[in-house]
This record gives sequence, C-alpha cells and structure tokens, in this order.
Amino acid sequence: MSTLLANTWTFTVKELRGFFNSAVAYVVLTLFLLIAGWFFSTSLFLVGQADLRELFSIVIPLVFLFFIPALTMRVIAEEKKSGTIELLVTMPVRDIEIVLGKYFAAVILVASGLALTFAYPLTISILGNPDSGALIGGYLGLFLMGAAYVAIGMFTSGLTQNQIIAFIIGFVIIFALYMFDKMLMFVPPSLASVLEYASVNYHFQNLERGVIDSRNVVYYLSLIVLFLFLSVRTLEARKWRG
Amino acid sequence: MIEVRNLTKHYGPTRALDSVSFTVPTGQILGFLGPNGAGKTTAMKIITGYMPPTEGEVVVDSLDAIEQSLEVRRKIGYLPESTPLYTDMNVIDYLNFVQRLRGIPKSEHTTRNKRMIELCGLGEVVRKDIGELSKGYRQRVGLAQAMVHDPEILILDEPTVGLDPNQIVEIRNLIQTLGREKTLILCTHILPEVEAACRRVLIINRGRIVADGTTSELRAAASGRDRLTVEIKGPEGEVRQALEQVNGAARVAHADDGDRPPADTSTARFVVESAPGRDLRETIFTLVRDRSWILLEMRRDAVRLEDVFRQLTRDTQADREEASVS
Repeated sequence: MSTLLANTWTFTVKELRGFFNSAVAYVVLTLFLLIAGWFFSTSLFLVGQADLRELFSIVIPLVFLFFIPALTMRVIAEEKKSGTIELLVTMPVRDIEIVLGKYFAAVILVASGLALTFAYPLTISILGNPDSGALIGGYLGLFLMGAAYVAIGMFTSGLTQNQIIAFIIGFVIIFALYMFDKMLMFVPPSLASVLEYASVNYHFQNLERGVIDSRNVVYYLSLIVLFLFLSVRTLEARKWRG
Repeated sequence: MIEVRNLTKHYGPTRALDSVSFTVPTGQILGFLGPNGAGKTTAMKIITGYMPPTEGEVVVDSLDAIEQSLEVRRKIGYLPESTPLYTDMNVIDYLNFVQRLRGIPKSEHTTRNKRMIELCGLGEVVRKDIGELSKGYRQRVGLAQAMVHDPEILILDEPTVGLDPNQIVEIRNLIQTLGREKTLILCTHILPEVEAACRRVLIINRGRIVADGTTSELRAAASGRDRLTVEIKGPEGEVRQALEQVNGAARVAHADDGDRPPADTSTARFVVESAPGRDLRETIFTLVRDRSWILLEMRRDAVRLEDVFRQLTRDTQADREEASVS
C-alpha cells in the first residue's frame, strides 16, 4: 500500500513538473482565468450585476469542455508515441500507479485553476452577501465535473499515440455527456429519464443550487472510477495482442 | 540466471518467436544476434515484462516473469531499442525519477548519481535537458538509467545504434567492464560488437534459434575450412603444383584481389584451404625455402563471425522461400 502511494506520488510530481516546465500549465491557466475573468467583469461592470451564476453554469463548464481534453491529450499518447511507455511499464511499478499518478497531476492543475477564481466570490462578498451554500456546492460541482473530464481525457489519451485523435475523441465523449439533457425532447419519454440521469448537467444543476446530494456526487465518482479503470485497461492492451 | 522455455509469440498471423529456448547463467554476457525483424526485440520485451508471450515461460532466478513480474522487473535493468527518454527532463532529475520508481532510498540518490555520471561519462551534461543532448549522450543516459539500481541482470537492445565510432568503442568498453559482474544480454545486429564483448552468441532468425555457442565454436562449426593466403615470388605453375602437393591442402586457388594491380607477373598469389585446425604455415615456409623461392606474404584468414552469421541466416531464409514456393 505504501509503495502504491509512493509510486503514484512520484508520477504525480513528475507530471506536474512536466506541466509547469513546459508552457502547458501557464497557457491553460492564463486562458482559463482570462475567459472566466472576462465574463465575470463584464457582468459586474457593464450590467452592474455581481453574479456567479453565469460563470458557474455556463462559462466554466464550456471552458472545461475544450480545455480538459487539451490538457490530458498527451498524458499517455505521448508516452506511447515516444516509446517511454516501455520504460515505465518495465519498471517495478503497477499500471494503476502510472494512471493514478498522472490523473492526480491533471486534477491538481484543474483544481488550482478553480482555486484561482476564488477572487470572484471574494469580490462579491464585499459587494453583497452571496449564498455560501450555492458557492460551496458550485465549486464542488465544478471540481467533480473537471475531475470526471480528466478521467475521460486520460482514457482517450491511452487509446492512441496521436494526441489530436485523443483530443477529438475525448471532446466528443464529454460533449455527449454535456448535451444529453438538452436533447431530451427528441427522444422517447422512456429513454428521456435515462438520458437525463447520464447527463453531466443534470447532476451539476443540483450541486450548483447548493444541494449536495450523494446521488450527484456518486454519479461523478462513478464516471471517474469507470474511466480510470478503462485507462488502466488501455495500458494493459499491450498484453492482449496475439 | 535467465531461463527461457519454448517462447512463442504471435502478432496476429505473424509468428515473431517460434518456440525459443535458452538459458543465460549468472555472470555471462550473451550476444543475441539476428537480422532486423528476427525477433530479438520481441524476446527482450517478453523477458522484461513489457508483454506476455503467446506460449512458453521465462524464469528469472526461479521467479516467473509473468506471475511475479514486479519482482523480476526489480532485478532487471533495461535499455529498450531506440532508447526512449523524457526529453523535457534534465539528466539528474531523470535519474532521480528512475531511482524513486526503483524504490531506492533518497539518501543514496546522490552517490548513485555520481557513480553513474562517472561510469557513463555524463559529467558535462548533468544539468542539461535530455532533449538537447546528442545521440551519443542520450544513449549513455539510457545506459545510466538501466544501471542506476545496480541490477543483477542487464538487457541492452541495440545500445550502439546511431553512435559514432569513438562512442561505439566507449560503450563497448563499458559493456565489457559491466559484464564482469552482471548477467548481460546484448541484442544487436552489429557483429563486431558481439565479437568484442561476448563469449557466447545466440543467433536468431525468423523467430528461431539457428545457432548457440561460443564465438570460436560457431566459427569452427560454420567454416569447415581454414584459409591461408600466400604470395610467393617464383614460377607460377611450379608454385601451384607444389602447393597442391602439400600434405593437408584441400584446395588451392588463385587469390583474386581486386585492389591490387596484377602488374608483377613474377609473383603468384594463392589461397590454400585446409581442414580446420590444420596449420600449414610451417610446411609452406619450408617448401618455399627448399625451392629457393621468395615468400612475400603469408596470412591466415580466421573465419569471421560475419560469415557464420550470413551463412546461417541466409540458408534458413532460402529454405523458407523454397518451402513456400513448393
């Protein structure tokens, strides 16, 4: 168990260093904050409304939709392409340690992006009296959503050596999960409830209102576990052939 | 000690390895030779636990390489083909990363790094990103990575590809030094490398082992004959006749050298073939002296491993083609 943690942490540190040594972390964080800041300050200064609703329910989920697959597309695909995956899996480490280590690094990056937006609720709390329940629920919801997207992105990165393909497949899966509850009127009612339950937004809406329901949390956690499991399988795929 | 038993590996319809078995005792340097695509790399990938075989087993120090993969991987240092490395890390960070994965306590990192830097000649590049390094330095980083945990078993897949001649000599020396204390498998298709470093050679072709033995055994088995090139100043016809009558000479033929002009017709160059192990030099020298000719040159051509290799890998290839035609 302790080696599991130690090895996982070794990979997390290495990946984080990779993010921060290259431009990836800075580009992603800067653009994320620019976009979020733009929408926050336009509603604050132009409309005169100190509100986080738009930011939480539309802007950040949309930004995640594009940014997270972009962030995760290289994590395994690049190792496969450059052959370093062969070094990793012939070290005395388990496949799950590799996947978890890389996963936590990307989640930490997403979480630090979210943490940097704390400036907005702080501003609002000076101007008024924000609903702390909605705030906590909203951040929890965004964090879980981001963490689930990272798991999906890792899985698609493990499917291929090609980062572009990893990005596109990741984007499509996330987009589908995102769109499900917007297509309810086009499907038969029997399917509608299933589709609604599978939708990322449906669960996010509850959290965003400040209602922390275990069903919604479990939904995100099961997405994460499922796609991390699939990511491990993509590493094991080398053992299937033949 | 590495025991490989009946290893078979299919990639779809292609059979990369076909029931390969061999044993490498502790402390031996084994040269694993074969033309490109013969199955060398596949065998190495299976031994190092990268992928399982379709059939057969690998046992390392009485541990099963598939069932007890983690323990086996701990014992092995591996330099994969084409030396993949993290180009965005610097040399020291990379060695530290590998050591952490190998479970080496942090207190030992500095001393081990120092040893590797010295052994592999990395002193000038320790703080550089691996991506900036030349091919030769990358290869050395790959070697350092494979050896940093002081493994009992080293597996090097094509360690000198892409190096310049000076670097090749350096790496070869390094391999020889290492081979004194470690079990080492050296995978290559470059023959001088094997001749320089390995006592035992295994030749693989099309997924099958076609030869296994010491370098001298292989030479003897393949050649059948020793060759002696002589240049003698004297009447050509007489010289030839005399040479043919030498006891033990199996065949005498004109030496055709393309690089020398045949200007001097008063000298005669011949190749004398004899049964293996039969040394005719003394007899020929005496013969020349007795006839008062002049001996200008006498050279014994040892059968090169290259010839053995060609012969073995070409023959089997021809066999297969024949078989597939009929």
